[in-house]
Amino acid sequence: MDYAALSANLLLVSFIAYLVGTFFFGGAVKVSKTEKTYKDSMWGKIGIVITIIGFVSQLGYFITRWIASGHAPVSNMFEFTTAFSMMLVGSFILIFFIYKTPSLGLFALPIAIVIIAYASMFPREITPLIPALKSYWLTVHVITAALGESILAISAVAGLIYLAKNVDLTKKSKERFWLEAVMFTVVLVLGFVVSSTAFSLSGYEADFTYVDKNGKPSEMTYNMPPLFGMSEYEQVTTDTMKPWFETPAIVNAKTLTTFVWSLFTGIILYILIRLIFRRPIAALLQPFANKANSQLMDEIGYRSVLIGFPVFTLGALIFAMIWAHEAWSRFWGWDPKEVWALITWLFYAAFLHLRLSQGWEGKKSAWLAVAGFVIIMFNLVAVNLIIAGLHSYA
Amino acid sequence: MDKKKKRLFIRGAILLVLAAAIVFALTSKKETKVLAVGDKAPNFELQDMNGKKVKLSDYEGQGVFLNFWGTWCPPCKKEMPYIEKHSKEFTNKGVQVLSVNIGESEFKVNTFINQYGLTFPVLIDKNKSVSRNSYNVVPLPTTMLIDKNGVIKQIVTREMSEAEIVSLMESIQPE
Amino acid sequence: MSKIKCQCGHENPFGTVLCEKCGRPLTDEAKKSEMVDMRYEGSARRSQTYKKSVIDKVWNFFSSVKIGVSIIIAVLATSAIGTIFPQKFYVPVSGNDPSEYLEYYERLYGTVGKLYYQLGFYDMYNSWWFKILIGMLGTSIIIASLDRVIPLYKSLTKQRTKRHPSFMKRQRIYGESKVSDSDESLKNAEKALKDLHYKVKVEDGAILAEKNRFGRWGPYVNHTGLIIFLLGVLMRGIPGFYVDETMWIREGETREIPGAPGYLLENVDFSVETYSKDKADEVFGEALDKNGAIVSEFKSDVKLYKEKEGSLPGSSDVEFMKEYPIVVNKPLKFDGYSIFQMDYKTGELKTMTFSLMNKKTEQSVGEFTIDLNDPANDYDLGNGTSIELMEYYADYDGIVDGQPSSKSPIPNNPAFIFNMKTPEHPDGEKSFVAIRQTLEVEPNDYEAKFLSAETRDASGLTIRKDKTLYILLLGGIVFMIGVIQGSYWQHRRIWIQKGSDSEMLIAAHTNKNWYTLKKDLDKVKEVATLPTYTDKQDKEAVIDTTEGETK
Repeated sequence: MDYAALSANLLLVSFIAYLVGTFFFGGAVKVSKTEKTYKDSMWGKIGIVITIIGFVSQLGYFITRWIASGHAPVSNMFEFTTAFSMMLVGSFILIFFIYKTPSLGLFALPIAIVIIAYASMFPREITPLIPALKSYWLTVHVITAALGESILAISAVAGLIYLAKNVDLTKKSKERFWLEAVMFTVVLVLGFVVSSTAFSLSGYEADFTYVDKNGKPSEMTYNMPPLFGMSEYEQVTTDTMKPWFETPAIVNAKTLTTFVWSLFTGIILYILIRLIFRRPIAALLQPFANKANSQLMDEIGYRSVLIGFPVFTLGALIFAMIWAHEAWSRFWGWDPKEVWALITWLFYAAFLHLRLSQGWEGKKSAWLAVAGFVIIMFNLVAVNLIIAGLHSYA
Repeated sequence: MDKKKKRLFIRGAILLVLAAAIVFALTSKKETKVLAVGDKAPNFELQDMNGKKVKLSDYEGQGVFLNFWGTWCPPCKKEMPYIEKHSKEFTNKGVQVLSVNIGESEFKVNTFINQYGLTFPVLIDKNKSVSRNSYNVVPLPTTMLIDKNGVIKQIVTREMSEAEIVSLMESIQPE
Repeated sequence: MSKIKCQCGHENPFGTVLCEKCGRPLTDEAKKSEMVDMRYEGSARRSQTYKKSVIDKVWNFFSSVKIGVSIIIAVLATSAIGTIFPQKFYVPVSGNDPSEYLEYYERLYGTVGKLYYQLGFYDMYNSWWFKILIGMLGTSIIIASLDRVIPLYKSLTKQRTKRHPSFMKRQRIYGESKVSDSDESLKNAEKALKDLHYKVKVEDGAILAEKNRFGRWGPYVNHTGLIIFLLGVLMRGIPGFYVDETMWIREGETREIPGAPGYLLENVDFSVETYSKDKADEVFGEALDKNGAIVSEFKSDVKLYKEKEGSLPGSSDVEFMKEYPIVVNKPLKFDGYSIFQMDYKTGELKTMTFSLMNKKTEQSVGEFTIDLNDPANDYDLGNGTSIELMEYYADYDGIVDGQPSSKSPIPNNPAFIFNMKTPEHPDGEKSFVAIRQTLEVEPNDYEAKFLSAETRDASGLTIRKDKTLYILLLGGIVFMIGVIQGSYWQHRRIWIQKGSDSEMLIAAHTNKNWYTLKKDLDKVKEVATLPTYTDKQDKEAVIDTTEGETK
């Protein structure tokens, strides 16, 4: 059997299932007036069944890819991010069975969908393991860390619902601005997905030679029209556009080009949404969040931090240190990825202390949960792609 | 108010310990132990060019002028003739010159000995165990002046002039 | 400082908010409030009781959670700064010359990089102020924990089953109403609570049901773990506790291991393996097409020797210990030391082969191979022909002070002076031979012509010994126990008691997870007739219930 092909198909199935699941959770929220009634809504039940089907299918993707490659599929950006989305859905299912709240699904599934879409923009082929990754700690450390992060992410989802419901969107305020900023970031990710997909469908390629920061000549292939050229670049493919700017050697002009195209597409998408609905995105979401019980969302937010924090500590710090000691001879080396894991940990430690002893509940707690998710995403995206360190495998 | 004094004492003690820990963290260095003047010179056993085993402890009761060098190092080449020149007269005064080459080939060391006409024992530290682990020699040349009790009197980590060599040899001359 | 005597007769320490025994509010503020702060059971935090001497002031400073959180935020923010540009130890600058570092940061990152260097951010995590920050964090953890755990312990052990109604009323979950048979209700409630695995105490018409009190100690256990961890890190500063060395060792060499006196390592062979299309699994085909070769393994085959007991450094009296292939993720371990595969260099010259040529006939009269790391004096080619090696310069650097010189002992640029003895020239013809260069004093009949060279690899290894590892691991384990204890078990308490007339009061508290506490209460209410309670913090619950029920 061709496990690799099967694996790709299973991922597609889960992607579609999450889309459909979102729709049903939306229905559950829409038809019922309050929490009490939608707990028993048929829409919600169908929603969770479809979500579970999607989750099982994604688990199937994970297992078949594991069989195909011979190692846990968490070894590059695509694999890790996909695993993260899978665990996010898994955490949601768990929380759903404790608290029975479709609102959470309505917000958590789209986030999982966006994350899968984002992951798919990275090289998807199965790569063999480089020496540093050849260890069972890859499986143990990465899966535990991703699980911890995904549980922590649920708290951000609950926080987002809390904020969408409780922030007064009729008046201009800092809170309204930042909530919309969070929504805009999500649109930006969509912008990245849309622009990458469009250019890859068109088969765009432009080859360049350039001089890297150590003064060595190198080559690079752009998959998007090059807005920025690498330091001392020379065009190899002649019929493509000429870069508008040349960047200094430390800047990866290809990444910058991708970012600018994503930003550009994201802004257009955002403007389109605003033009069509004539309201901020946060305001569009508010009706869906309104049915959620604020106290319950606050509780879920706090609870998922409590559940996720120990898992995260174990996976992202303790297992990480043990592995780092085996592979790099030191358990801690202030590598950017390590530092950002520590920052995430410190942040949630501060969150817990503020909540426990300073009584930061409700909005403050919700904002912190969202900020925590931003830090996790920063560590996943920016640290991998911009701040190069030992962990940059993607 | 006895209880209050006790509390103050406990708090003061805890704070003191914590402050001491921070000071320790600031001052301690994770560096390997480096030999210093006043330390006992670590004993070693190396072979000379004739395959004879030479131990530092063989020269107990004498001063030892221990010179680490390499054939590629220009200051080593400059000071070597002066060391050779004075080594003979000081052998009678109870000062022995031992020179340790840092892991070069016998060919290189032999040509060097012939070129400079060296007569004192030349030892090759093949595995770099004496120079790196025992004596932690970094720059070449490095010269250790060891007195009759086996204690390091002085460490010179640069080229020496003829006058310096003489006065250094005198400094470890047994009474 | 005087004690506060409660109406119930119990004497509380100064600063107490709620009587340790009966729970009556003691301060004016607490008396006025609708809901009381239960965080530390309303006990007196010790630090707040004395504020006179300097020691007390310092103590109080570190006891504050606000200060603790501020320190956490400070560590977090500064750590982030340290990731903007690479730290000193990741910068490819050899040696310790500060100006080279400055040059590196300025060249790559311009003025910002220069500033980054000058502010000391390039080696931030070793800076004195970062260390002090971590030290303050540790101090805060210790003092803040001590200040809270002792009073909390006291009030939890002193708490009485029957609480004063004023305490009950100020709980977040509270209900009161008349009940037909209060004794019956209490009995049923007691049984139901026991079925839910609560520890139930009954006293004078009052019930205190408690569960998972040990979860309250979680934070203090995990703080202990953190302190053990920090202590372990601190202990690495003690001489002999920590070894961190690197060594370069070429194939064929035997070297004493730096930092591990008495142990020698021989590099038998170093190799780099790659995944190739014909050998690797088929599924990797696409990736290999795209990326070219991908390295699968760096390996140093080594032999480990130990000096015999009682022998001196430098002696050749060694015994073989073991043979081991060091690969990434599989270090060589022995007697507390670990040796890691970290780096490698290829292509260092090992041997050079020359052919002795008759210039006229252009015929070779023989070949000879020089081991660059252990050259011989003579190379006999037979038939009365031999080569005498007169001088050898491993890393030829031109003429210095009238002599050819070598700038290092590494054969980067070998040069030789040969004396070529042939039947025609029994005394020999002298020739200086370097790479792509031959110098002769007078024109010679013969020349040594370079034929081929062999190279060898060098392996970069790191040597570690860390006696603190087990302390660090212990700290990690204790932390995990504490954090799980504190996060996964919630301390729940339910008070049910008879009030005046046939009134019944019910109140409940938990340190987290109110949702499940309410579920527990609902289960008890199914069995026992009890007043309806309200969650004072859930302002939407009323709407929920009414709207839900009308539908």
